[in-house]
Amino acid sequence: MAEIRNYTMNFGPQHPAAHGVLRLVLELDGEVVQRADPHIGLLHRATEKLAETRTWVQSVPYMDRLDYVSMMCNEHAYCMAIEKLLNLDVPERAQYIRVMFDEITRILNHLLWLGAHALDVGAMTVFLYAFREREDLMDAYEAVSGARMHAAYYRPGGVYRDLPDTMPQYQANKFKNADAIKRLNENRSGSMLDFLQDFTDRFPRYVDEYETLLTDNRIWKQRLVDIGIVTPERAKALGFTGPMLRGSGIAWDLRKKQPYEVYDRMEFDIPVGTNGDSYDRYLVRIEEMRQSNRIIRQCIDWLRKNPGPVISDNHKVAPPSREAMKGNMEELIHHFKLFTEGIHVPSGECYAAVEHPKGEFGIYAMSDGANKPYRLKIRAPGFAHLAAMDEMSRGHMISDVVAIIGTMDIVFGEIDR
Amino acid sequence: MSTRIESLRDALVAQFGDKVRATIALGELTIEVSADDYHDISLALRDHADTPFEQLIDLCGVDYSTHTSRSEGLRYAVVVHLMSVAANLRLRLRTFAADDGFPVVASVNDVWPAANWFEREAFDLYGILFAGHGDLRRLLTDYGFVGHPFRKDFPISGHVEMRYDPDTKRVIYQPVTIAPREVTPRVVREENYGDVGHG
Repeated sequence: MAEIRNYTMNFGPQHPAAHGVLRLVLELDGEVVQRADPHIGLLHRATEKLAETRTWVQSVPYMDRLDYVSMMCNEHAYCMAIEKLLNLDVPERAQYIRVMFDEITRILNHLLWLGAHALDVGAMTVFLYAFREREDLMDAYEAVSGARMHAAYYRPGGVYRDLPDTMPQYQANKFKNADAIKRLNENRSGSMLDFLQDFTDRFPRYVDEYETLLTDNRIWKQRLVDIGIVTPERAKALGFTGPMLRGSGIAWDLRKKQPYEVYDRMEFDIPVGTNGDSYDRYLVRIEEMRQSNRIIRQCIDWLRKNPGPVISDNHKVAPPSREAMKGNMEELIHHFKLFTEGIHVPSGECYAAVEHPKGEFGIYAMSDGANKPYRLKIRAPGFAHLAAMDEMSRGHMISDVVAIIGTMDIVFGEIDR
Repeated sequence: MSTRIESLRDALVAQFGDKVRATIALGELTIEVSADDYHDISLALRDHADTPFEQLIDLCGVDYSTHTSRSEGLRYAVVVHLMSVAANLRLRLRTFAADDGFPVVASVNDVWPAANWFEREAFDLYGILFAGHGDLRRLLTDYGFVGHPFRKDFPISGHVEMRYDPDTKRVIYQPVTIAPREVTPRVVREENYGDVGHG
């Protein structure tokens, strides 16, 4: 009989399936994982400490860079924490815009997760398909905020500005003639809401395409079914949230259970899994994309009918308009104080959480009355999920480790912070 | 929602008596316990019959040394955010480490397995020791890092910087060459400055 040797192996931090900078020390018995020890922190930027030295508003762009595939959801939790401490109301239209962009972000995140997960497991095509749709949604990001990814669009008290009436158009160039450009610009002729409406009309069919490629695919099922099973009890004990918890069969969604903004007026369903394996979590996330699409449509309908302010008119928190600032002494002072000194948040502490695409993203903010946070703790969902890596991968083959990393939806921006 | 939190507060005060100090602020319930009772109360909260707090959502360290309203008293605290999936309630649990020079708090890793990495992080960043953790290694900072960077007396720019040294042909550490600066000064205004609220 051949001698079986045990190995300790380094997986990453330069491995393409490690989703960034994960260093995983695997203790192997043959090809079977005995122990997995993730070493994280290679992307640690001390965001929480940096936030202590910046004013409250200056930290909003840092939030984009936490989970850099679901930018606006991070901002959302941060702004909600500030609003809670200030006891500040957000205009209704801003709440609808936030809900709409949260769901756009969810689709963006799940598309990247789906593409990367499939790529890790060996299916190339889905990745290309997913990025085709991401392009449209990132155009929506760009239209409202000017940035394709790091938007800094949500502000304490609302959102930075109202939705634009026009979408940017493609210009003719030496690679595309006028006819091709006209076709490309067809769905961009109206407002941003028209563009999104067109997207939501098309999107369910795209999800069907992904499902055709994967759901009944024999190889996909061989790689995912019964891999990384988590029982509901363990999922709760390990601090799982979001699709990881729902995949194990617990119908828990903050949007339903502890609704924030206008989620209580939205109609949508929470998908749950039955076995708690990677395949169930895949199905849960696919269904979440369809539900997000439903929510976006409801928001579009409401936003079309109800114009109004999108940011608080309290100028101790939100800046006054340019015209008011130029023509009115008081607003000029407000503007000056706001941008030199920042918001003063009353002494206290609060925890605000949103249903982030990956799970519960929470901000624990503590203020001692200054214009800067005293302590900011970012509760990243991926942190708790990756901590369970050892338990989930134990006894699996080394190739399953890749599938388990994929199913966790790991992004190092939020885990290392 | 608020009435449910109040009834939870009353139930916890009735159960634990003067071991807990419960406060409700901004619709959130906080209980403060002494470091000695911390582990027992955690266990009791998890196995509570009506409101089992089966999920540990977050655990973090806090350094209160420069806090304007709490600069007296103990320096290091551990703040735990709990959630009850069954009862749909949240709870914040705070305990102060008894000794500022050598902060030790019992580990709740055996109560909630989720605490494992959160406690390693709090140890790494604040130097709070968790008795009974079993695997209290640094988590986020570099291998061989010296100090606990989130303490208030640790400068934002750190103590050392890393660069490639062409003479020795390897990466070396040296004292930081950038001077710390503060662009926007930290200002604490009087109570109700600006009178923000329901604007």
